[in-house]
Amino acid sequence: MGALWFKGGAHPPESKSAASRPVETVPPPALAVIPLSQHLGKPARAIVAKKDAVLRGQQIGEAQGMISAAVHSSVSGTVKEVGPARGPLGTFVECVFVESDGRDQAAESKGCSPDSLSPAEIIERVKAAGIVGMGGATFPTHVKLSPPPGKKIDCLIVNGCECEPCLSADHRLMLEKTEEILAGAGLFRKALGVARTVVAVEDNKPDAAAALMQRAGQHGVEVSVLRVKYPQGAEKQLIKALLGREVPSGGLPMDVGVVVQNVATCKAARDAVVEGKPLYERIVTVAGSAAARPGNFLVRIGTPFSEVVAFSGGTRAKVEKIVSGGPMMGLAQSTLNLPVTKGTSGILLLAADEARPAKMYPCLRCGRCIEACPMGLRPSVISSTVEAGRFGDLEDLDILDCIECGCCAYECPSARRIVQNVKRGKAELAKIRRKRKEKEDKAAAPAAKAGA
Amino acid sequence: MDNEPENTTGLDVAKRPWFSASPHVRTPDSVPQIMWTVAAAAAPSFFTGVYFFGPRAALVVAVCAASAMASEWAGTKILLRKKDLTILDGSAAVTGILLAFCLPTGIPLWQAAVGAAVAILVGKVVFGGLGCNIFNPARLGRAVLHAAGPAAVSGAAFLEKAAAAGSDSLGLPVAVARVPAFVDALTQATPLAAVKEGKFPASACPTWYDLNNLFIGRCGGCLGETSALAILVGGIWLLGRRIITWHIPAVYIGTVFVLMSVVKAPEAFRQQSIEPVLFMLQWSLFHVLAGGLFLGAFFMATDMVTSPMTAAGKVVYAAGAGVLVVLIRLLGGYPEGVCYSILIMNMVVPLIDRYIKPRKFGVAGGAR
Repeated sequence: MGALWFKGGAHPPESKSAASRPVETVPPPALAVIPLSQHLGKPARAIVAKKDAVLRGQQIGEAQGMISAAVHSSVSGTVKEVGPARGPLGTFVECVFVESDGRDQAAESKGCSPDSLSPAEIIERVKAAGIVGMGGATFPTHVKLSPPPGKKIDCLIVNGCECEPCLSADHRLMLEKTEEILAGAGLFRKALGVARTVVAVEDNKPDAAAALMQRAGQHGVEVSVLRVKYPQGAEKQLIKALLGREVPSGGLPMDVGVVVQNVATCKAARDAVVEGKPLYERIVTVAGSAAARPGNFLVRIGTPFSEVVAFSGGTRAKVEKIVSGGPMMGLAQSTLNLPVTKGTSGILLLAADEARPAKMYPCLRCGRCIEACPMGLRPSVISSTVEAGRFGDLEDLDILDCIECGCCAYECPSARRIVQNVKRGKAELAKIRRKRKEKEDKAAAPAAKAGA
Repeated sequence: MDNEPENTTGLDVAKRPWFSASPHVRTPDSVPQIMWTVAAAAAPSFFTGVYFFGPRAALVVAVCAASAMASEWAGTKILLRKKDLTILDGSAAVTGILLAFCLPTGIPLWQAAVGAAVAILVGKVVFGGLGCNIFNPARLGRAVLHAAGPAAVSGAAFLEKAAAAGSDSLGLPVAVARVPAFVDALTQATPLAAVKEGKFPASACPTWYDLNNLFIGRCGGCLGETSALAILVGGIWLLGRRIITWHIPAVYIGTVFVLMSVVKAPEAFRQQSIEPVLFMLQWSLFHVLAGGLFLGAFFMATDMVTSPMTAAGKVVYAAGAGVLVVLIRLLGGYPEGVCYSILIMNMVVPLIDRYIKPRKFGVAGGAR
């Protein structure tokens, strides 16, 4: 047993007013704009063309390469176009535009009893359903389920922390689909061949913890209730808190024998295997000071943010900032004309007082960012190094270990743009490394020739 | 991209929403909030200063604060060409107040004003303003005044005048005049100066009553540093507000107490009785309570800009400052060592921050 603790972190106000609102279903959009890149890794390749008829759940994008995921249509209708539109990052990516015929006809699906499946068959079905990590990182799930032969996995962690403020999509799911989540966890456990499964919930969701505990026994899983602290739901911090193991710098959870899966991912896997239903909808929390009626909504992938917000009850103040995801790690967006994707956990609508950037002061060297950093870094030093343009020094400051959780910038009394600087610093460092590598390759090439 | 068709019927969305990197929430704390809280935490010491040394103490504080803020305004406008009104962040006011706290009540007001101007201009603005300075500005201002005219700053001058003129007429409360033998001698000068000058026999022992007076602040000294109690009240508030951490005050004061005890320990334990041991403790407590250690430990050494960023770094820094206080008081030429101990340790801060880093996650045995 671990210490149920990790170093650093912050306690932003939870603001989870939407948590008490049961999930409501948003009607399918008239036009679904489905990005082919909603996951980490290579974008999927479109396997439908303009004017093709598609059904709900029909595959429209094919995974390309090792790390990629399949994409499915979320409505039935006709492919209007395959072309660029704003994707989950707010940038333009290849999308499939499906015009709904209003009939919402499902593609033929073949569910099956999970007991009859081998681990490889489970992974195959998860892969075919296009399932990715739904906590926000959107890493293809089937890849996580297939650790390289050398890695021995002994523990599956089901992540129900939902440590981001404002969001309650996972919370509602744990309350309303407890059985499905645990069944999905059982499938993952079988796929990975591990004995131990721990479901992690923070103590600000006692009702969800109770619901899970009630059923935990019959599924053979443990439920662990952790004291609330951001970023508990970050893989490395969660593993540390639960098991006392530290994922080595630059490593992955599998290096310490652990696989972490989000609760929504578990539920999606269960639906894929038992019902043959691919991932074409998810729960999205609408919240923020400008949201008229914060709540949780089951939304088809490809539905524009604006339709979700309108269905939720619209706005009660001028929306001055739009965030996709939670307030700590979410991405600011320039428009509501953006599709919900597999990784959209929340839509935040912020009114002026929350949206306007705070006045920035010089760094006081107070050290609060260092105290808050769950990775043991020195954010203020990294940030000032980026500001000074000394990108070459960033490697030694361990900038690549930064998980961009935002605790440093949250705590900074001077409102320094630390995370912004880290993101910039990482990009600049990548450029330097690329150049360095090119130089080395060039230097190596004639040498190799000479050797030959 | 701006002319994309917006499908936002009925939704009140700004035409160009704010755009920034995460996070999109932040702490309610800010620099002005921190600085003005420090200023407010100095209030108990301010009031005890006025109570024990008379209304002129308030005047010295006001002159220092005003001079500091005026210098900040002029310095940032003319030298740094900053458009912002940086005096609103409160840091200049705090420097002025803290400088006044380590001046004697009787200091000529022009000297106090010059000290505050030096503190801000030489201590802070020339380095680039808030956050860039190496030395604690208030302590630097005091050190310059001390170098210029030691008598005016040590606290002795005013008290000698007070003794000559009759303490009551200069606003010294009657209580000061009525304290018994040990501290009575001390009203002629600051307690530490009296010790340095051998004004009382080496065998004399500060009584618990004397220590109590020192704790409350009924003794000679600078206007804001005599009352350990008042400083403690403000300091605990700062701790509670998370503006300072316990590391620097606890380790700084603790180091002085322990080292002073160690110095007396051989003598105390050679005799087989309890009195010498008690004397040792009283002697160490005397050194903790007399002079500016409490003010230095809670308000000066904890200055964020000029102290290390990590907890372990703060411990090293505070322990170093404690050692320096003991060395200066016992072996140095000055009766008091708090000011220079902080200034010297300020110089070591970059080095401490270079070598003492937090333990990186996922690396056995700490950062490489």
